[in-house]
Amino acid sequence: MRRYDTRDIAVQYLAPQTMTEAVQALAESKGRVHVLAGGSDLLARMKGGYLEPDVIVDIKRIKSMSVIKKRAEGFSIGAGVPCIHMGRHSALKKAWPGVVEAAGLIGSDQIQGRCTIVGNLCNASPAADSVPALFAAGAMAVIQGPKGERIINIENVVKGPGKTSLKKGEMVERIQLPVKQARSGDAYLRLTPRTEMDIAIVSASVNLTLDRAGTVTEARVALGAVAPVALLVAKAGKALIGTQLDDEALETMAAACRDACDPIDDKRGTIDYRTRVAGVLATRAAKLAWQRAGGK
Amino acid sequence: MGNDTKYKARTFRAVGTRPVRPDGIDKVTGRARYGADFSMPGQLVGRVLRSDVPHATIKKIETAKAEALPGVKAVITAKDLPDYTDGDEELYAVLDNCMARKKVLYDGHAVAAVAAVDEKTARAALKLIEVEYKIHKHVTDVDEAFKPSAPVIRKDCFTTGVKPRPKKASNVSACSEFGHGNIKKGFKEADVIIERQFKTGQTHQGYIEPHACVGSISPDGSGDLWVCTQGHFVYRQMCSQLLGMDQSRLRVTSSEIGGGFGGKTHIWIEPVALALSRKANQPVKVVMSREEVFRASGPTSATSIDVKMGVTKDGRITAGEATLRYASGPYPGSWAQLGAMTAFACYDMPNVKTTGYEVLVNRPKTTAYRAPSAPMAAFAVESVIDELAKEISMDAVDLRIKNSAQEGTQSSYGPVYGPIGIGATLEAAREHPHMKAPLGENQGRGMACGFWFNFGGQSCTSLNIAEDGSVTLTVGTIDVGGARASLSLVVAEELGVEYEQVKTVIGDTGTLGFNEMTDGSRGTFASSMSAIVSVRQAIVQLKSRAAQIWDIPVDAVEWKDGHAVATGRGAKNRQPLSVADIAASAAKTGGPLAGHAQIVADGAGVSFATHICDVEVDPDTGRSTILRYTVLQDAGKAVHPTYVEGQFQGGAAQGIGWALNEEYIYGKDGRLQNPGFLDYRIPVCSDLPMIDTQILEIPNPNHPYGVRGVGETSIVPPLAAIANAVSNATGVRMTQVPMSPPRVLEALDEHLAMSRRRKRA
Repeated sequence: MRRYDTRDIAVQYLAPQTMTEAVQALAESKGRVHVLAGGSDLLARMKGGYLEPDVIVDIKRIKSMSVIKKRAEGFSIGAGVPCIHMGRHSALKKAWPGVVEAAGLIGSDQIQGRCTIVGNLCNASPAADSVPALFAAGAMAVIQGPKGERIINIENVVKGPGKTSLKKGEMVERIQLPVKQARSGDAYLRLTPRTEMDIAIVSASVNLTLDRAGTVTEARVALGAVAPVALLVAKAGKALIGTQLDDEALETMAAACRDACDPIDDKRGTIDYRTRVAGVLATRAAKLAWQRAGGK
Repeated sequence: MGNDTKYKARTFRAVGTRPVRPDGIDKVTGRARYGADFSMPGQLVGRVLRSDVPHATIKKIETAKAEALPGVKAVITAKDLPDYTDGDEELYAVLDNCMARKKVLYDGHAVAAVAAVDEKTARAALKLIEVEYKIHKHVTDVDEAFKPSAPVIRKDCFTTGVKPRPKKASNVSACSEFGHGNIKKGFKEADVIIERQFKTGQTHQGYIEPHACVGSISPDGSGDLWVCTQGHFVYRQMCSQLLGMDQSRLRVTSSEIGGGFGGKTHIWIEPVALALSRKANQPVKVVMSREEVFRASGPTSATSIDVKMGVTKDGRITAGEATLRYASGPYPGSWAQLGAMTAFACYDMPNVKTTGYEVLVNRPKTTAYRAPSAPMAAFAVESVIDELAKEISMDAVDLRIKNSAQEGTQSSYGPVYGPIGIGATLEAAREHPHMKAPLGENQGRGMACGFWFNFGGQSCTSLNIAEDGSVTLTVGTIDVGGARASLSLVVAEELGVEYEQVKTVIGDTGTLGFNEMTDGSRGTFASSMSAIVSVRQAIVQLKSRAAQIWDIPVDAVEWKDGHAVATGRGAKNRQPLSVADIAASAAKTGGPLAGHAQIVADGAGVSFATHICDVEVDPDTGRSTILRYTVLQDAGKAVHPTYVEGQFQGGAAQGIGWALNEEYIYGKDGRLQNPGFLDYRIPVCSDLPMIDTQILEIPNPNHPYGVRGVGETSIVPPLAAIANAVSNATGVRMTQVPMSPPRVLEALDEHLAMSRRRKRA
C-alpha cells in the first residue's frame, strides 16, 4: 500500500521582486501554479478545500505592478492595485466612473483593501463585477510571459467559467484604459438581492460618447452573469448610435441585450429573470452614462 | 421576601439603567474565548466525513487506508458510538444524526470522523475513507414528501395522533390538533371568507460562530468538554448518555457564544469529539466549517400552510382554520405542533381549529430557531387578516384591535390568558407616528402581530461575597443576549449595591445544579428570579452577621439600601454596616458569605409584539428595499433596555432576512446548493434601516420585578409584516417567502397576465 505523506499537500510560496522573476517563477514551476494578488478568491477557495495549489506566486512585492499611472495612452492599473485605491484616485474616478464603481462593488470594505481588478478578471467568473465595465470602456490587458509582452483586447482574456487564454508562464501585468474622450461617460449597474457582500445575478455596463448636439456617436454595451463569459453586445451599442436615447432606441437596445443573453437557471436566478433584468439594467445604465456624458 | 417570587410594584434604582456591557471589551478586542479558542496540550484535530448523497444505505465503510496515514490517531464510525439509548427513540435520533448508523438521510449526514495531528493530515485522511452506498430515492420538498406517492424515508414511520393508526408507513410522523368552538358554524356567520395557501423556505439561524468544541476523555473514564453551547447542562446530559458515562464524570465548560438562536440547543459534533478522544486517548478539537454548519446543523422547518378565516362586515372574526405541514428533516419532530398552537394565539377566536403535520424530508434535522415554528404560522394568518381588513374596508390595525386576545380570553391552543400585552402593542402601533408617515410611489406599509410562549424552568445560582464586599453571581444559564449585565443589575438592585460591585459569571457543570438551556426566552427571566432568591438568602446571612457584630437580636436588624441597619434601643449609636463592613469580619462571624438558590421558575408568561414596516419594490426587477421598521413589544420590565432593544432589533433583522432572501436551495440531486453566506443571503447592515423600537412594560405577575422573556417574539411578525407591505406596494398578494427579486417579479407578471385575461373576458 502506498504510504501517504502530509508533505504531498505542502504549498510552495514564492514572492518575486521583479516582473522577470515572476514570469520565470510561473514558467518554471510545476503542478498547479496560482498567482496571488489580493487573495480574496484564491485564499477563500483554498480554505474551503476547493483548491490545493502546489505553487503560489505572490506578485504584491513587484512595485511596478502596484500603481495606477496616467500615461499617454490612458490610465494603467497594475495587477497588484487593491480596488480601494481606484476609488481614491480622483482623476481615474472622474474619467471612468463606471469602471471605478464596478470595482468598488466587489465584496465589502475589508475585501476592497485586498481585491484587484486583474484578479477579478483572471478568476474568470461570469459574474465578475469589474469585467463588463472594462468591456464597455474598451480596456486592454497587458500580458507578460516567457516570450515577452503582448497586449490584447480585454474581451479576449476570459474563455469560459474559470478559464483564461493565458498560456503557461503568462500573467496579466496591468489593465490599460483608453484616454477618456470629451462628452463621454460610462456606468455600471448590477442586480444583487443585498446591497453589498453579494454577487451579481445580472449586470450591465454602458459607455457612451456624444457629439455637441447630444447625439450618440459611440456606444459600447456589455453584460455580466448572463452567459459563460461577460458579453460585449455590439447590436445593443449600435441601437444607440445616432440617437439621443429616445424610448424606441432604448427598447431596441434592451431587446438586443435580451437576445444576447444565454444564462443558466441556478440558485441565483432563473433564465427568464436574468434575461429580462439584463434589458432593464442596460437601459438604466445607458441613461446614467448619457447623463455623465453631458446629455440633456 | 425569601422564596416568594410574585411581582410587587417598586421603584427601581439599578434595574432599567443602561450600564456598559461587561463582556464588550473582550469581545471587540478578540480576548474573549469562543468555542474554537480552547486548546489543550497534545490536542488533535478532528474532522467529519459527510455524505454527499441525500438518501442511501451504507453498505461498507473502509477506513484502513485513513488509519494507515502517518499522523492519524483515530478513525471512528457509528461502531465507535455504541447504542446506549435503551429504546429512547428521540435520543436514538440524536445519536443517528451525530453519526449515521445504517442509512444516510441527507446531504451532509456524518458517516465517519478522524482525529489527526494537524488539519492537513485530517483532511487527507478523510479522502482515504471509502464509503459504499446503496442509493435510494429522495425527497426534499415538504409538499412532495407529504404525498402518499413520495419515497418513504423511514419504513417504521406511522402517523401518530390519527385514528385509526395508519397501516402504511409514510413521511408524516405525527398529527396534532388544537382549537375550540364550532368552525362550521363560525364560517356560516361570516360575511367574508378568505382561504389561501402559503409556503416558507427553510432558513438557518445563521450564527456567525460555527459549532466548535474540544473533547477530552481520560483513560479513567472521566471527561471534559469545552464547547460553544446554549446549554452546557443539557449537552452534558446528552453526551454522557450517548457515551455511556455517568453525568457527573463529564464536566462541560461553556465558551462565549457567537450566536445560537436555538441552533446551539442541540448536539452535533460534541459526541464525535468525545468518541474520537476516547479512541485516540488525546484531546480532540472539532470545528465545523461554514459549509458543514449549513449542511448538517440547525435549520428550521420549510413549511406549507393553508389558512381559512371568516369575518363579519363590522370586523368580528368568526372562525379560523389552519392546516400546517412542517418539514422536520429525516427524524420525527414536533414543529408543526408549535405552529398549530401559535397560529391564532394573538386573537380572541370564538371558533378555531388548527391541524399540524410533521413531515419527514431528506434534509438536515430541524432544530429550534428563535420562537421556533411561530413566524411561519404568523406569516400565513397575519397575511389573511390583512386581506380580510381590505375586503371589509376596515383599517388593518383596527381589525386586529377589535379581535385581539385579552386577559381571560381562551387561547387558540387551550389555556386562558392572564394579563397580556397584545392589545397594548396594537394601541401603541396605531398611535405611532410611523403609521401616519407619507408613502411614495412603489412603496407600501405592512403590519403584523406575533406571539410566543416563553419558558422558565429549572435554575440554580450561587452568590458569593468576597472579603472586600464585592459580589460574584455564578449562573448556569448561558449568557447569549446580555444576561450577565442584566443579572448584575438585578443583584445590585436587590442587594442595594452598585452595578460595578457585581460580577456575573457562567459556572461549569461541576459548580451548580442543573440549569435549563438558554431557550424559550428564559435566560434573564429565570436566572434573575433565581438570583433574587440567592440575594435574599445572602441578606439573611448578612443580617445575622451584623447582629453578631452588634451583639443584638437578629430581629432588630433590617436590610436597607445595601446596609444592615440596627433598629430599636441603642440603634442610634450603631452606624449602618455595608456589605464590605460585614464581609471584612466574616472569618470571625461564621465564615464566607453566600446565598444559593435552586428554583423552578414558573410563570414566564406569554409575549406579544406588533411590527410596522415600509418597503419599496422596484417594479422592473422585483427587488425590495426596507425603508422603515418599527417594533413594539411588551417586555414586562426591561432590566437593561439597550439589550432589550437589541433583542427586538435582532429578531426583526433575522425576520427581514427570512422574508426577503434567506432560503435553503436544493438541487434535483438532493444536495444543498448554497451552503455559504454568499448565496445564503443574510442581510448585511446596509440592507437594513435603523430599526425603531418601543418597549412596553406590562409587569409579569409571576416575577418579583415583573420581567418577561423578550428574546424570541420579535422574529415572529416580520415575515407577515413585510409580505403585507410588499403586497400593499404592488397590489399583489405574496404567499411565499422568501420574496426574492425573481419571485416578486414572477408574481407581478402573473398578476399582470391575469388582469389582462380578465379585461379580455
